[in-house]
Amino acid sequence: MAQIICKDLSLGYDSNVIVKNLNFTVNAGDYLCIVGENGSGKSTLMRTLLSLQKAISGKLEFSDGLTSDKLGYLPQQTFIQRDFPASVWEIVLSGRCSKEGFKPFYSKEDKAIAMQNIKKMEIENLKNRCYRELSGGQQQRVLLARALCATTKALLLDEPVSGLDPMLTNQMYELINNLNKKEKITIIMISHDIESALKYATHILHIGKEIVFGTKEDYLNSKVGKSFLSNWEGGLQ
Amino acid sequence: MSGIIDFFVDNANTLVEYITTYPFVRYALIVGVLIALCSSLLGVTLVLKRFSFIGDGLSHVAFGAMAMATVIGITDNMIFTMPVTIICAILLLRTGQNTKIKGDAAVAMISVGALAIGYLLMNIFSSSNNLSGDVCSTLFGSTSILTLSVFEVWLCVALSVVVVILFILFYNKIFAVTFDENFAKATGVHSEFYNLLIAVVIAVIIVLAMNLVGSLLISALVIFPALSAMRVFKSFKSVTICSAIFSVSCALLGIVISILFDTPVGSTIVAVDIIAFCAFYLIGLLSGGKAK
Repeated sequence: MAQIICKDLSLGYDSNVIVKNLNFTVNAGDYLCIVGENGSGKSTLMRTLLSLQKAISGKLEFSDGLTSDKLGYLPQQTFIQRDFPASVWEIVLSGRCSKEGFKPFYSKEDKAIAMQNIKKMEIENLKNRCYRELSGGQQQRVLLARALCATTKALLLDEPVSGLDPMLTNQMYELINNLNKKEKITIIMISHDIESALKYATHILHIGKEIVFGTKEDYLNSKVGKSFLSNWEGGLQ
Repeated sequence: MSGIIDFFVDNANTLVEYITTYPFVRYALIVGVLIALCSSLLGVTLVLKRFSFIGDGLSHVAFGAMAMATVIGITDNMIFTMPVTIICAILLLRTGQNTKIKGDAAVAMISVGALAIGYLLMNIFSSSNNLSGDVCSTLFGSTSILTLSVFEVWLCVALSVVVVILFILFYNKIFAVTFDENFAKATGVHSEFYNLLIAVVIAVIIVLAMNLVGSLLISALVIFPALSAMRVFKSFKSVTICSAIFSVSCALLGIVISILFDTPVGSTIVAVDIIAFCAFYLIGLLSGGKAK
């Protein structure tokens, strides 16, 4: 089932178009990685998917019971959060906030869901700890648990491993992969790490001068994919 | 030793006498406590949203508006000051990340502008023969808290109750919007509405607080409790509760000292806040918290 369908989408700020003619479809259970150079419009696309900004033209449709506010979102850490006095429990629970509408307090169900996601992320021992005292990897798990509180269908992840060391990076990828395979949650991830993107993703969306969308195999065989990969490997050496 | 005890007993007796004899002392205490409570509740949010200076900016706007009201000849200047301040608060908080003039610059600009215009107006059109006294008391609130009318006290009580109820009802939403506005917005929380709410409430508090500490020192009421509580406590709830208690105790102590020793109310409260902040800072360091 298609969850997100983009047709001829143009993205940007005001009249400044960054990405043109974007076409892609995300099906339930897909693992889509969005790759491309800095400034190519990856984050703009993500903000548009989340309805934080409007598309300039084109169509963005949600179906299969998904709407933009049912997407779970793992943002990059903001400046404000680094010294924010909040416990892990408060943050994870805040993922349920929108589900309450104008009701002022969290229900038992909300708390149960929050607890369940805390267990899923294996951070029960951190439940009452202060967020700003956690390590980078632990903080990401907290934010991921919060994102899971907001969704059962699809997760948007904005560079989930930036700033993590190699071991934590692998753990994070495995965690996300498990959510995709076991819980059947659709994953849409912005990534700089093309190697891991190719390891886990089922689909790749390459944004840049040329836009390529397709399964991983299609991408590996495409011209853009080949040149991007050879640049990447060249950069490594 | 007995000298110290005598000193306290004497002062306590004088205080009780004042409170029972003079209604204005009672009013000052009631209004002081309520304003301290309200400002500390929102202080946590404002400090965390990097809006510490909005209190300062808005209080200068309120000062300018008050001067303008005096010139136009509106006797109860709150009718004029309140809406003007609310509108400015909304405009300032709306300047998010993507505007041409950044938030802090906008606050600085409006605050200095309003201060200058206010003083200019007072200077040109003033009918009072004690201009610098007027300006000084508006800026530092030296006397106005002791000349509150019964109506003002009730207005303050009513507005404070509304602020506290709103804060409790929207506590979870305010937390979500403060911690991560984009996430809240993306998952369908009406963050614009809550930002608007925060802006309106902070404007109301500031106009009320001008009576207490005057327009220059309002930021202190907003910032000190939140920053002090953040030194020691580590969850949002405990920080909020602590800053409320902190703020109310300091305001109470400050007013009592100022009545007994005839010091200016606003600056005394702020001085107490500063001492208490230092104490909390030390406690934070000693308990090994992240007092960076």
